[in-house]
Amino acid sequence: MSPIRIFVPGDSGAVSVGADRVAREILKQALVRDLDVVIVRNGSRGMYWLEPLVEVETPAGRIAYGPVRHVDVADLFDAEFLKGGEHALRLGPTNEISCLKNQQRLTFARVGVVNPRSVEDYCANGGFSGLLRALHLTPHEIVEEIVASGLRGRGGAGFPTGVKWRTVANAPGEQKYVVCNADEGDSGTFADRMLMEGDPFVIIEGMITAGLAVGATRGLIYIRSEYPHAVAAMRAAIEKARTAGFLGANVGMHFGQKAGAFDMEVRVGAGAYICGEETSLLESLEGKRGQVRAKPPLPAISGLFGKPTVINNVLSLAAAPWILARGGKAYAEYGMGRSRGTKPLQLAGNVKRPGLYEMAFGITLRELVMEIGGGTASGRPLRAVQAGGPLGAYFPERLLDTPLDYEAMAAAGGMLGHGGVVVFDDTVDMAAQARFAFEFCAIESCGKCTPCRIGSRRGAETIDKIVRGENRDANRALVEDLCATMTDGSLCALGGLTPMPVLSALKHFGDDFQRPLQMLASAE
Amino acid sequence: MDRTTSWNDEAARAIIEAGSRAATDFLGTDRVGATSLLPILHALQEKFGYVDRAAIPTIADVLNISKAEVHGTISFYHDFRSEPAGRHVLHLCRAESCQAMGSERLAAYLDDRHKLQPGVTSFDGTLTLENVYCVGNCALSPTALLDGVPVGRLDETMLDDLIAAARGDRP
Repeated sequence: MSPIRIFVPGDSGAVSVGADRVAREILKQALVRDLDVVIVRNGSRGMYWLEPLVEVETPAGRIAYGPVRHVDVADLFDAEFLKGGEHALRLGPTNEISCLKNQQRLTFARVGVVNPRSVEDYCANGGFSGLLRALHLTPHEIVEEIVASGLRGRGGAGFPTGVKWRTVANAPGEQKYVVCNADEGDSGTFADRMLMEGDPFVIIEGMITAGLAVGATRGLIYIRSEYPHAVAAMRAAIEKARTAGFLGANVGMHFGQKAGAFDMEVRVGAGAYICGEETSLLESLEGKRGQVRAKPPLPAISGLFGKPTVINNVLSLAAAPWILARGGKAYAEYGMGRSRGTKPLQLAGNVKRPGLYEMAFGITLRELVMEIGGGTASGRPLRAVQAGGPLGAYFPERLLDTPLDYEAMAAAGGMLGHGGVVVFDDTVDMAAQARFAFEFCAIESCGKCTPCRIGSRRGAETIDKIVRGENRDANRALVEDLCATMTDGSLCALGGLTPMPVLSALKHFGDDFQRPLQMLASAE
Repeated sequence: MDRTTSWNDEAARAIIEAGSRAATDFLGTDRVGATSLLPILHALQEKFGYVDRAAIPTIADVLNISKAEVHGTISFYHDFRSEPAGRHVLHLCRAESCQAMGSERLAAYLDDRHKLQPGVTSFDGTLTLENVYCVGNCALSPTALLDGVPVGRLDETMLDDLIAAARGDRP
């Protein structure tokens, strides 16, 4: 009889709440009880309030238990959890858990399901079927499939991915590059990390596909140094994909076909938030200070080492295999308006059920935060929601009916960004949050544009003055004026969008700027 | 948990040359400039715990760029240290999601109770505290990393335990 497979996530989030210890305890108990088990370190299903979420493979499918502490393990064995036995932590069949069942998982279909270290497992779950189809298409046909999908850059800017690929494909040049932007620095976002740790091969497949489409033979994935687990997972996956004949001199080798060359490697960032900006990232890959470049020229024309370069977010590239396998039209059937397909939304901060929810565009902030997320973790009233990372707007409760798509968020004075949503309860001091937005900008500014480099420091000081009660009206006008200068006078989104959290806090939470100083001091 | 060895110019040069070769081998062209600089700096810091100023002329020589360019890159990135850290490094996340779950209170606690301030190494050389802005564990805020190992749903008691473990050099 083959050993029973038990899934204990190796995802760094699950590890942060004790998954490694749970895995060790399961092995120990199985040894003591003379039971034949094998542990698979899968990705996280994204339901973080249930982590560590342990799954057992039974004839009736996978049965989930969670959150499992190492001290619960002996008890689970006593309850015969290897046969799916009843227990207080039993959640039932994993696929029937409503939070998971109600999602439309296209990009994250395999995360938590497969062993992220196994290329065989990836292939057995539909992996590389997009590449197989791409090998039968011309580069032009691959590009047009992406165009037809309506896929827009999932990093935050929302530029049509197909148009970007077409530009690179049409750019003259012997050498072209594919760069994957995995410098996911926005607080409240972790989708790229989860995908790299939970299904790294889909990113590799997406990059190979982009290479075929535009005629690039080399790819680099730039991962932030704060993600060591993701770096290890990607490096292991690249090695396995190369051995299996998906990377190298002939990317069609695994399928016994003749195709072009493509190979890739991991590069690790060095703690600079700004390197998530695409031109800054390219500078960093060239060994330079991560200072943004003026555009034009676009990276598609003159990117890495001055060569035509596709630079896409992890989730954009990871959407490509699905689109190639099922067709661009099938992808475009999801979503609303000009936001087509699905968006992996990430719910974090002070919320009861934080996690990753991949849904078709169109659900509202309220549905995400209150219905799916269950409201605040503290049980206190919700006060603010920041959507789109540290450069996104703070929404008050009354704006929660805004749909989470690119256009609707912009119309409400915010942005969708990379899809991170951070919830705050009524203990938040919004003047402190506005000050932090300036402070963060000052810490992370690359220094190229004066409004960002200097303005951010003056902005933080001016917020302090307002809070201290110095010429409140005049200083408030000064902050608004400074924000206009930063928006108009910065090359990239850091200086250009720092005004968004600042001004939204001023607009929707003006009372907090009238408080006495000691309240701000205690919040810092 | 001293994993690093003390600075050695010869060993550093070997790392620098190997890093440069690896990049050229992969990119298969001689026009890749200083692309190997970040991988080299990471490799040096991995080995020695910091990047000694003595490495600057060697890197400039091997990569054929100016010393100013090397210094410019090193000084731009938060990760690279110019001197060794304490035996353990605690990164406390200070970004919005962790703020929403009390990271500022934890930072104040580290200061009050353990006399630890960001960017400073404790007097006994045991522990360096650093701020970090997001480690992607936002669904389990607040978060810290002790020597790169993530700890989620952090509170004061857990911080006490982590610091006790670091001071006692227990795993």
